[in-house]
Amino acid sequence: MAAKLVFLGRLADLTGVNEREVAGPLDWSGLLDALQGELGGWLASDKVKLAVNGRILADKLDLQASDGDEIALLPPVSGG
Amino acid sequence: MKDVRLLTEPFNPGALVGPFTDAHPGLGGVCTFVGEVRGDDDVEALELSHYEPLTLAGMDALADEALGRFELMGILIAHRVGEMRAGEPIVLVSAAARHRRAAIQAVDFAMDHLKSDAWFWKREKRGGQWRWIDPRPEDHADLARWSA
Repeated sequence: MAAKLVFLGRLADLTGVNEREVAGPLDWSGLLDALQGELGGWLASDKVKLAVNGRILADKLDLQASDGDEIALLPPVSGG
Repeated sequence: MKDVRLLTEPFNPGALVGPFTDAHPGLGGVCTFVGEVRGDDDVEALELSHYEPLTLAGMDALADEALGRFELMGILIAHRVGEMRAGEPIVLVSAAARHRRAAIQAVDFAMDHLKSDAWFWKREKRGGQWRWIDPRPEDHADLARWSA
């Protein structure tokens, strides 16, 4: 059992995968370590939001995920 | 009634609007908007991706908001995901009401929110290359109309 990262939109292009498993527990600095700059400036950008098990975090620095949790990385949605 | 759907296959708008209309005897009007994939010169395909835990729940909450905000008898929201070509329907919003203005406004409201505030990511294919589509400032202006 691990935590699952889900990459949406262009973030999936940057990592080359839609999903990846990482060992929990996982906080914000753990996420930064897990991704090793793969997302360039996107991860830290205000435009990218995090959702844990379908709930969006008001502040992604508050990330606290455990094994079995699903963490979605959400870039800005596309317009018209 | 509230009817909210994510569709993975091409759909016929009439086949959804007919039963939706029939489900509201006594209505005064139905307003329907159908958005199609625009036929821009060299766009070969458009692909919409979504995130299951957020996208449908967000559309459902939007339908509830429209029902609470306007005097409606019912609302239908259907959105395609997956790969589409020019001319294919991509979104459908239909609102039934006793009086026309509520239906018209509810559809306008729902469309502005679907375009800029729903969990969809779009990319288009030109010359064999996929490119992600960024949000446009107009979309946020459209949304701001409803927060006054």
